Amino acid sequence: MHLPAERNESLTKKNFPPTHFAYLKESVLSPRLSISGFATTARLLFTACIVILSTLVPALAEQPEPSPKPDIYRLTDIFQPQSRPAELIMEPTYLVLLICFGIFAVVVAVLVYVLIKFRPRGPQDHLEEPPQVYGSYNIEMAWTVIPCLIVFVLVLVSSRSIVEIQDQPMPEDAIKIRLIGHQWWWEVQYPDLGITTANEIHVPVSSKNGPPRPTHLFLESADVIHSFWVPQLAGKTDLVPNRLNHTWVEPYKTGVFVGNCAEYCGTQHANMLLRVIVQTPEDFEKWAVNQKQLPTEPQDALAIQGKKDFYALSCVNCHKIDASPAEGVFGPDLTKFAVRQTLGAGVALNTPENLHDWLLSPDSLKPGCYMPDMKLSPQQLSSLVAYLQTLK
Amino acid sequence: MAQEIIIEENYRMPAPVHVGDEKGSLTRVIQQLVFTVDHKKLGLMYIAAGLLFFVIAGLLAGLIRMQLAFPNNHFLPPDVYNQSFTMHGTTMIFLVGMPMAFGFANYLVPLMIGARDMAFPRLNAFGFWVFFFSGLLLYFSYVGAPGLYAAGSAPDVGWFAYSPLTTKAFSRGHSTDYWTLSLLLGGIGSVATALNILVTVFCMRCPGMTLGRLPIFVWCMVVLSFLVILALPCLSACQIMISLDRYLGAKFFDTQAGGDAVLWQHFFWIFGHPEVYILIMPAFAITSEVIPVFSRKPIFGYPVMVAAVVAIAFISLGVWAHHMFCVGMVSLANAFFVTSTLLVSIPTGIKIFNWLATMYGGKLRFELPLIFCIAFLFQFLIAGLTGVMLAVAPFDWQLSDSYFVVAHFHYILIGGLLFTIFAGIYYWYPKAFGKLPNHKLGLWHFWLFAIGFHITFLPQHFLGFLGMPRRIYTYQSDRGWDEMNLLSTIGVAIQSAGILFFVYNLIYSYFWGKKSGDDPWDAWTLEWATTSPPPEYNFAKLPLVKSRRPLWDAKHPEDPDWKHE
Repeated sequence: MHLPAERNESLTKKNFPPTHFAYLKESVLSPRLSISGFATTARLLFTACIVILSTLVPALAEQPEPSPKPDIYRLTDIFQPQSRPAELIMEPTYLVLLICFGIFAVVVAVLVYVLIKFRPRGPQDHLEEPPQVYGSYNIEMAWTVIPCLIVFVLVLVSSRSIVEIQDQPMPEDAIKIRLIGHQWWWEVQYPDLGITTANEIHVPVSSKNGPPRPTHLFLESADVIHSFWVPQLAGKTDLVPNRLNHTWVEPYKTGVFVGNCAEYCGTQHANMLLRVIVQTPEDFEKWAVNQKQLPTEPQDALAIQGKKDFYALSCVNCHKIDASPAEGVFGPDLTKFAVRQTLGAGVALNTPENLHDWLLSPDSLKPGCYMPDMKLSPQQLSSLVAYLQTLK
Repeated sequence: MAQEIIIEENYRMPAPVHVGDEKGSLTRVIQQLVFTVDHKKLGLMYIAAGLLFFVIAGLLAGLIRMQLAFPNNHFLPPDVYNQSFTMHGTTMIFLVGMPMAFGFANYLVPLMIGARDMAFPRLNAFGFWVFFFSGLLLYFSYVGAPGLYAAGSAPDVGWFAYSPLTTKAFSRGHSTDYWTLSLLLGGIGSVATALNILVTVFCMRCPGMTLGRLPIFVWCMVVLSFLVILALPCLSACQIMISLDRYLGAKFFDTQAGGDAVLWQHFFWIFGHPEVYILIMPAFAITSEVIPVFSRKPIFGYPVMVAAVVAIAFISLGVWAHHMFCVGMVSLANAFFVTSTLLVSIPTGIKIFNWLATMYGGKLRFELPLIFCIAFLFQFLIAGLTGVMLAVAPFDWQLSDSYFVVAHFHYILIGGLLFTIFAGIYYWYPKAFGKLPNHKLGLWHFWLFAIGFHITFLPQHFLGFLGMPRRIYTYQSDRGWDEMNLLSTIGVAIQSAGILFFVYNLIYSYFWGKKSGDDPWDAWTLEWATTSPPPEYNFAKLPLVKSRRPLWDAKHPEDPDWKHE
């Protein structure tokens, strides 16, 4: 995977995700989704509203054209679902948007009409009071009953959708993941595969036509409440301590989907990012096999020195490396550290330069994080960076 | 027809002259403020204190927006940012929204029902001072509270302070204790004042003022007081539980000792959602007074309007868990709270339609109060509709805790509540000070504030659609959030300019405003029957009321309201 080396993953034209509005063209025109005429109307209406609103935000409309095959979806647009639960959410969503835009248009039209029709007409207009009307049973009944009917429809539609998404049965062969929230990183375990990693979830891609390949996530927390949210794949589900929550994703597209922790969890809530890496089944298999192998032994002198430093310093108190004395569990498992894309739960890309800065002073990259500044000497820094790069 | 109300002779009484009341003596003024039990002075003090805290919380909002204006901004460190949004939220809810409501209720309820003061004047003063000191206590944390980071640490747990973030393990020091204790204290004051309002309305109405003739403003304040009495104790209970957890090892919410984190959320939102309706009640109250007067028509469908408010209050007690669609409740519970939440939209819709119907067929007068109320209608409509979207649980799974929610509730609390507070201040300013607010300055205030408001909060809906979570102190530049965040920050600057015009208008009109006379808007409720400003005892002789609009009857003896009601 090509990643720019800058810490902030600055945007290049090449990997720019589809624009916010590009999907509208696609979703209205493509026959990909079998949607009823009603929903199509909803989409068209919504498209119109968004287009009107987008003139208010000219900066957005000027985004570059989407590249043909973006592989990192950083624009986490909930209207571009790429996974089944997120797509199921869209059904009641378009309905409620349609209804709300309809009500909005009607009420605003009435309001504007009233303001124009009954505006003051000259100073002598106020000498006489208008006819005093106290109410009307029929009219008030009408605007009580109609909203009742709308509410009734919305309740039925959302209840169906809640059950469909939330009570989705788990197939026997589904990938199961135990996702544990920590202040401020994600621990990812594949109990069936015997893999533990952090801050990125690898899942196989599913297909709409073939047999579904969902991934079910079991959510727990080690400290405070966090929330799993990868907008293009699924809605939020909280990770609550002392409680086992469940959610699932079934992505249709390979690539990297970005998510955030969505429940305020303390100082570094902002930098608790999550990446879901959707791979072809073959790539996923390859990744899983690699994850289970022990990391390669360091070859060059610097990395060998780094390994010595790693075990001599207190790194091992918090971090784990399989089949070694490093068995700490307070921080992320480092067995396959070099394979991961980011550092510090997404605060920076996993490059040697960033790793150097991170080890030198975790607090300046991620203020308030629990990884201590170990006051490493320049030699220790370069040897540790060299060693950690071999963990793949 | 025998007992026509004649304003001129019956209602007016010269203001009593105090012995030793030397004008202009500062000590005397302070003494009067501290010792007063007069509902009008306390009402104004509530509003003034509310405005003071509003400015402070607004400055905090400015800091928050400055930090978020650019990606990877280093204007505020994360802990200061987290303290800022916690203090901003807590202040706006407990030290601005509720005191404003109580201020208007205090000033107007006795006048509107033809009473000479609140039922318990001393309890009233107690309520105000408890509230005021609870605010000072909260802000003292900036100086005095040892916290996670330094000696002066304001609370940084968010205004809904989800456990276990508030347990000793994750919130060291005392900043959370300042939050807990000040809200506990404030809660006592709020319950006292709410009780006072209820007793006043039920026991002190003037002859003829039956419940069916109460102005809708008073009805809203009754409902508000009931909600305060029912909801605030839940908050107080959970503040006590946190304190027990933190200091006596009670472990209600301490998950590391087997406590339940979701229990806190239930407790908090059983208080927290009625609280939202407590905050919006003054908006309903003020709009229901302003729109009829400036449309020159009685409120359309009075019984339905009252029933709608009562219905909203009832339903609001059963919708709390729509804040918790993501915590993993069973699907049946989710569906239940979808239903109850959507039900709220029915009476709310009725209110909007009835306000429109009140304006329909009237003769609109575009004075400042009406202008702000029209903006309220427009913004409250948007807020209500985004509320309907959030009520649909699957959509909420995407929108919950995103910037969409931030936009939604700011449309309610600023676009709804604050705009009507401005309307109310402009409407009753002549009553309180005998001077008309300056129209031109008011228009500057309105347009700057309204435009700034929409520029700030409209883009936040789209930020939510683009997956921006709430309460993040920074974001990376490649998420597509940059422009809209910058826009949002620019809007805050425009809003602040509007607020400057507002404050200037209040001061300018007080000294140099046109004299208003007793009844500048040609209104119909009893508060306009007495002088402006009213004397200490409000009415020399208690009025006799025969309809919902006593002053209409007095002004139109040929066609009084009571013939039609």
